[in-house]
Amino acid sequence: MISLQINGEDVEVDVDPSTPLLWVLRDNLNMTGTKYGCGISQCGACTVLMNGQATKSCSTSVSQAAKFNIVTIEGLSIDSDHPVQKAWIEEDVPQCGYCQSGQILSAVALLNDTANPTDEEINQAMTNICRCGTYKRIRKAIHRVAQERGAD
Amino acid sequence: MKPLMDNKLSRRTLIKSTATATGGLLLAFHLPAFSKARPFEHYSESGEEINAWLAIDADDTITIRVAQAEMGQGVFTSMPMIVAEELEADWRNVRAEYADTNRSIRQDRVYRRTNTGGSRAVRRSREYLQQAGAEARERLIKAAAEQWLVSPDECYADYGRIYHKGSERSTNYGAIAAAAAKVSVAGVRIKTPEEFNLLGLPTPRLDVPAKVDGTATFGMDIRLPGMVYAAVVHCPVLGGEVRSVRFNAVRNRAGVLKSVRMKRSVAIVAENYWQAKTAVEAMPVQWVLGSGEKAYSETFKREFVAELEKEGKVLKEFGDVAGAMDDAEKSFESDYVVPYLAHACMEPLNCTVHVQEDRVDVWLGTQFPESALAVTAEITGQLPENVYIHNCFLGGGFGRRSSTDYVEEAVHIAKEIGKPVQMIWSREEDMRGGHYRPMAAMRFKAGFDLDKNLIAYSNHSVTHSILADQGRASKEVDSSSVSGLVDMPYEVKHKKISHTAKNTHLTSWWWRSVGHSQNAYAMECFVDEMALSSRMDPIAFRRKHLPDRPDLLNVLEVLEKESGWGKQNLPRGTAQGVAIHESFGTICGQVAEVTVSDKGELKIERIVSVVDCGNLVNPLTAEMQVESAIMYGLTAALYGKLTVENGVVLEDNLDTYRIVAMAEAPVIETHFALSGGDKWGGLGEPATPPVAPAVCNALYKITGRRIRILPIKDYMLQRA
Repeated sequence: MISLQINGEDVEVDVDPSTPLLWVLRDNLNMTGTKYGCGISQCGACTVLMNGQATKSCSTSVSQAAKFNIVTIEGLSIDSDHPVQKAWIEEDVPQCGYCQSGQILSAVALLNDTANPTDEEINQAMTNICRCGTYKRIRKAIHRVAQERGAD
Repeated sequence: MKPLMDNKLSRRTLIKSTATATGGLLLAFHLPAFSKARPFEHYSESGEEINAWLAIDADDTITIRVAQAEMGQGVFTSMPMIVAEELEADWRNVRAEYADTNRSIRQDRVYRRTNTGGSRAVRRSREYLQQAGAEARERLIKAAAEQWLVSPDECYADYGRIYHKGSERSTNYGAIAAAAAKVSVAGVRIKTPEEFNLLGLPTPRLDVPAKVDGTATFGMDIRLPGMVYAAVVHCPVLGGEVRSVRFNAVRNRAGVLKSVRMKRSVAIVAENYWQAKTAVEAMPVQWVLGSGEKAYSETFKREFVAELEKEGKVLKEFGDVAGAMDDAEKSFESDYVVPYLAHACMEPLNCTVHVQEDRVDVWLGTQFPESALAVTAEITGQLPENVYIHNCFLGGGFGRRSSTDYVEEAVHIAKEIGKPVQMIWSREEDMRGGHYRPMAAMRFKAGFDLDKNLIAYSNHSVTHSILADQGRASKEVDSSSVSGLVDMPYEVKHKKISHTAKNTHLTSWWWRSVGHSQNAYAMECFVDEMALSSRMDPIAFRRKHLPDRPDLLNVLEVLEKESGWGKQNLPRGTAQGVAIHESFGTICGQVAEVTVSDKGELKIERIVSVVDCGNLVNPLTAEMQVESAIMYGLTAALYGKLTVENGVVLEDNLDTYRIVAMAEAPVIETHFALSGGDKWGGLGEPATPPVAPAVCNALYKITGRRIRILPIKDYMLQRA
């Protein structure tokens, strides 16, 4: 049994400790918001937060993940009202939508570290792939969150 | 109150005068999350079905059924908008769900076309969706009139209510829906574009809320009681077959349940996917590699180019090209080559199937649900009416999800298991699974007279035929191979277009914009070569040779203005390139602004598009499709290539098959120059073809070097 802390809850899973966190989330816990895209830490569709850091769950074994506080897209907010989710809606970011859980969590991690990121900082932090090419709107949505926070 | 109608005219005028479609125009309100996270699930049966396309609940909620697949292009919003326009619905009450494919085949194709592809959603469905909305509206009016004992002519529908002109009487749709479901009307007229209230207004997507909280259900997200998982390994050489399998080597692994041997692949079924994937990859399999065993992409390239030397099948010939070339003061020729490309949808191919005695259920993302239904019925021996396709949101389609190869495998596996099985292709299996954008080689030749006028033009293309791979080869040329080439718009007195089909052991398929993607690249680069050879500005040259195409000329004019063509003082190492192409009923012109640093680093600074699709349904999703098509084309131009060695495709994941990322994304400016009228062009694809030539034409200005073989990454770029 491996104990995990996911979205503020303690859960126990009975899996091989080398199983990637991604598949434990998806298959054992039926939390399918975290996506499989490449399996080699390239595309970022599987991004979750581990102690606030954007982390590729496809390349993190469940045993490594056990020490961390994990947040998935399901746990980011109760009513889709996290400022980043709201900005994503305002800017109509998603197209097919498959990569967007990972994009949103990467943006959350970036904005936690850097309240008002420059375009260059966005380029550095947002390495998640979007095959629909929604980058323009992702960038706008991140700036929107920063501006709205600044305005508060 | 009619918030949507406020400023309608000024908004529409702005769009028609080619302002950026959304900037500042977006409606300042937001809609409830009216798209189900599981789009195949139907809303409650409590609503009154007025016709197959829509149902109205007592609380005025309107459910509109969408027969096309939502793969990012926005059909879950645009298609309901078309129905709602005629229905005179209050858009805030509209929600979308998938039309039921099973019902469509049982009820004489009640949903007409359920396929999605060819940028056809609006082009081919608009009129009958308008009819469906108008018919429902007239039935609501008739039902209200009958209740009020007045003539329907005295009643009208507006924004979700029916009104009687001669009195104060009115009713909401919900209250009259049950009666409307029972009356019939005939000869209903649909609106002309001048009468639209909703179409043409930037409208937020109905599927967005489910796509920001992880609830939007893609094929891979299906979870069913008792479901098990399957992972598959295919013969590494396409066309090869399984010789032998040693299941015993992995059968005792944790979670492993069963192996399934198919003709070209083997599967392991396990309790979860990771167990299945690691087991199938560890299972010893021997293959019969087949005819592709010794194939190399470098050899393909030589063979395709060699084929250019031979005579192709002549598709079009005007005048006397050979004579005119002999008479020409100057002539030159160029060869262009493009590689095979994978679609690389973000969501690897997958399909979940449950085979039971009296029915088969299939959950997946598909562009062709009727094809999925047909192959499932065939493989299981079940009657088509007992096969249920539950389409999900598609994590990218781009043409790839119109194939049934992955469906067939999942059904074969599920037949052996008797429980729901979710089959997932790993990224590597997805990338090596064939169905590629075809490889092609193209030769162009141009002849000019003493005054530098273009007098002769010939083109021979050698292209892997998609139709031949689909078993639909005929004596006729595969029209998708020559789209854009055979109907090239530039006027020249002596012209000859010819073609040769040449297939390899790889398989090809429709890839976003199909033949246009490679053909526009080669042709529009060659047009640039012709312009420079006659010492003309590339836009001026195009204009000169398009005398009878006011539509193309208008796009060029707007593009020249919006891009600041020739007017800007660009820094050293930066240049603009232009390309224009018509596909899927839409013209798209683009100017790419590109920089090569003194170290040879490439940056795509800005891409300006001008699009004429005639009319727009939803300017918001229209603009998003242009952006998306550009990024898809840019990835292909910069990085797209599949390398084959010993028959095996080497680029099997996103580390080697690189996709353009945020840091490389250019500024994208989109303008619509709409010609209106009856023209309703497609939008999912037409902005892909011009990207590669616009970028390469800009690069020529900077480097003095013509890129005639894609991708651009294979070149050392240096400022001239």
